[in-house]
Amino acid sequence: MFLPHTDKERQQMLETIGVKTIEELFAAIPQKYRFPELKLPSALTEMEAQAVISDLASTNDNLQEMICFLGAGAYNHYIPAVVDAIIRRGEFLTAYTPYQAEVSQGTLQSIFDFQSLMTALTGMEVSNASHYDGATAVAEAVTMANAHFRGKRNRVILSPALHPHYRQTVRTYHANTGIEFVGDEPSADLRASPESLAELLNENTALVIVQYPDFFGRIYDYTQLAAKAHQAGALFAVSVNPIALGLLKPPSEFGADIVTGEGQPLGIPLSFGGPYLGIFTTRKEYVRRMAGRLVGETVDNRGQKAYVLTLTAREQHIRREKATSNICTNQGLMALAATVYLSLVGKHGLRQVAELCYHKAHYAADQIKAIEGFSLWSDEPFFNEFVVKSPTPPQELNQKLLEYGIIGGYDLEQDYPSLKGYVMFAVTEMNTKEEIDYLVSTLAEVSHA
Amino acid sequence: MPEPDLCELSVPNRIGFRFPEVDVPCAELPKGLVREHLPLPELYELDVIRRYTRLSQLNHAIDTGYYPLGSCTMKYNPKINEEMARLAGFAAVHPLQPVQSVQGCLALMYELQEWLKEIGGFAGVTLQPAAGAQGELTGILIIRAYHKDRGELQRTKILIPDSAHGTNPATSAMSGMTVVEIKSDERGNTDLDSLRKQCDETLAGIMITNPNTLGLFDENIEEVIRLVHEAGGLVYGDGANMNALLGIVRPGDLGIDVLHFNLHKTFSTPHGGGGPGSGPVGVCDKLVDYLPSPIVTITQEGDEETPPVYGFYTPPKSIGRVKSFHGHFGMMVRAYTYMLMHGKEGLRKVSEHAVLNANYLRARLRNVYHIPYDRICMHEFVAEGRWEDAPEVRALDISKRLMDFGFHPPTNYFPLIVHEALMIEPTETESKQTLDAFADALIRIAEEARTNPDLLKSAPHHTPVGRVDEVKAARDLILACGVSVEEDT
Repeated sequence: MFLPHTDKERQQMLETIGVKTIEELFAAIPQKYRFPELKLPSALTEMEAQAVISDLASTNDNLQEMICFLGAGAYNHYIPAVVDAIIRRGEFLTAYTPYQAEVSQGTLQSIFDFQSLMTALTGMEVSNASHYDGATAVAEAVTMANAHFRGKRNRVILSPALHPHYRQTVRTYHANTGIEFVGDEPSADLRASPESLAELLNENTALVIVQYPDFFGRIYDYTQLAAKAHQAGALFAVSVNPIALGLLKPPSEFGADIVTGEGQPLGIPLSFGGPYLGIFTTRKEYVRRMAGRLVGETVDNRGQKAYVLTLTAREQHIRREKATSNICTNQGLMALAATVYLSLVGKHGLRQVAELCYHKAHYAADQIKAIEGFSLWSDEPFFNEFVVKSPTPPQELNQKLLEYGIIGGYDLEQDYPSLKGYVMFAVTEMNTKEEIDYLVSTLAEVSHA
Repeated sequence: MPEPDLCELSVPNRIGFRFPEVDVPCAELPKGLVREHLPLPELYELDVIRRYTRLSQLNHAIDTGYYPLGSCTMKYNPKINEEMARLAGFAAVHPLQPVQSVQGCLALMYELQEWLKEIGGFAGVTLQPAAGAQGELTGILIIRAYHKDRGELQRTKILIPDSAHGTNPATSAMSGMTVVEIKSDERGNTDLDSLRKQCDETLAGIMITNPNTLGLFDENIEEVIRLVHEAGGLVYGDGANMNALLGIVRPGDLGIDVLHFNLHKTFSTPHGGGGPGSGPVGVCDKLVDYLPSPIVTITQEGDEETPPVYGFYTPPKSIGRVKSFHGHFGMMVRAYTYMLMHGKEGLRKVSEHAVLNANYLRARLRNVYHIPYDRICMHEFVAEGRWEDAPEVRALDISKRLMDFGFHPPTNYFPLIVHEALMIEPTETESKQTLDAFADALIRIAEEARTNPDLLKSAPHHTPVGRVDEVKAARDLILACGVSVEEDT
């Protein structure tokens, strides 16, 4: 077990301290509250706990047994064995934040690799060492833009096709910072071209935020919108799916100032929603306004190349209330997973997996729209996710699909009342042609039932 | 020898991983949107395994050595936790699956909420926050929402003791609050006179860490809470130091209104080289309606034959979401496994032994290192890393020299109210032999400080790298492989 002391050792230690019992160590605690009787069960052994937890796990439908066509911000991708072999190494898993560089070079150089890979992928100049997830990375982008304009520009334009959770998170973070969010009102035209967001730009606009591919899977060239944002003096941010960047132009080519993203698709298990990985990259001129940890290359006193946390004066442990953010613990191990994933699949593998997602999703969309009663919502280009009008209410459809061993698509009505009856399917390299054909035949069967 | 840059390892056209060939007709690629240049490395599998295995070996970690890092609770992270989090029934579950297909996940989350409520003495718990700092943000936003709801918009002042973690003031500022610092008194408690002066109609609340960062249980805690409540404020508890309190005292019983737990400290989930953490937040009865959505609840009671049905619930006055999906579920599995293996008696033993170990180390060191607030401590204590007869030596030098003995240094230069602070948190999972070896090393270093200070000033000598040039790192700003960021100033 986890507690080492024998009775004899405990006695020796109490003597050294100069008390007779362990209870005496707690005299400072008000007596009436001391040692409460907790209404909790007694301890289980590892064997027993393992059985209880495994039982709970076994009641879930998991994606090793089910066929998954659900995405909406979290995607079922293959995780090469190498990723877990590295991240479960105790030297990485049980290390602390690398504040002491001399005994943390492994973590530090891995973060440096992560920063290098993220800037290569997004085309931006600097990356931090991670945020919590795609949602909080967007919230921190707003904080950064607000700091950049010293609070003088208080409008932020949100694309209605930015993930609903991200839009909710951004509003929670900025409930008291005087920022006005526009663009994603329930009345927003979801089929309008992204350039229509430019109509909301004014001299008070700090930031415009779009998603790429957007929440509905569509891909747009945002060059015009970015240019208009810049003309109005605002910054332009893009939230990305990193797998898509294996195939698609990086947002740096649109003129993005900030590129954030959800890194889960890069070798991180779905794990019922977390832990995932927030990606945050930007241009060099904003590096001092950026939140989060940053690793820089330097030398040690023996003349060797070495790595160290740098520009720490931005951070809470140094700057306290003047810090760029309160973030401390980040997603270190998840950043390592993404680093190992990208190092392994590399230039060729990332392109290959992105193309597999793209082609399979297009095949699925073509097949589904041919089913009687189904049609595609949009004819814009898309990556690996698409919206379908279903003749059967999506919730009912998904219940039926479950019986056939299929995790169906995302019911869009829960976030967009105007999309009642629309469902969004995601397709990845994990879906074989047989699985797609099975989805199509099942949809045809259950939607008429 | 340092490992080469990632880009230096890359060889054009080397393949690291093959996905299956495309088995559907190819669609036309989107015009004008296809990427031409993807500057990722080209390695093969053994390159990757060796690189990251070798890099891992440059780290100090709990699995390789002792980590007496104050306020970080670097306890052993049980291996069974890792196995449980990797069960396909948890790891291969999509967060947006229909609720009836994820009842096991929801049951685990519900149980974890219940355990944390009982341990903390709270009426409600959200598991959503990703880390301690996000738990703080959640808590302060809840406090703000509570006052706003009562029409008390002027309550924007948050009091923070001078011994607090940096995240406390940063969180308050980020939440649109004003921060006022409160002094500590000569016994390391919150100074009641400073506190009274700030108790007015603009008071939103106080953020208090108890035991505080000196490792001391605040002897004024009941009076602090009474004064703040009387002035209409709420009390936020920073649960970073909960490892001292399991089964010892429940923060909710003391009158703390809202508190974050750190599953990655108190409940043994691994730190992962900086994360992920998990920062659930517990609240008292009057704040449950403000918790972030979603919360796991029982939607249909069970009976002897059928288990209850679980679902999500959004509290009526919820501050909203603080992140996507439902929080760091993988960390919840680990923490819940740990809790089951301790039970009520085991949790109390954890805190008792954490406190025993801290006091033992304090007793062994107090005649060699000055301990500015030298009384029975909780799970950690703060020593000064300086001596009058060794004027050149600083806490930093002691820390670096400890590395030569195979120990990670204590937290240094924190809390800010102690000069040359060495903040030592032994944790309960360390044996007497390890504690003795650590104390012996510190005692020997104290001698070296007098006899051979250069040995300390030039330390560490036996680590993969020596002291690093932080100024150069900040000046050159080489933040990615082969790229130097030249700032426009």
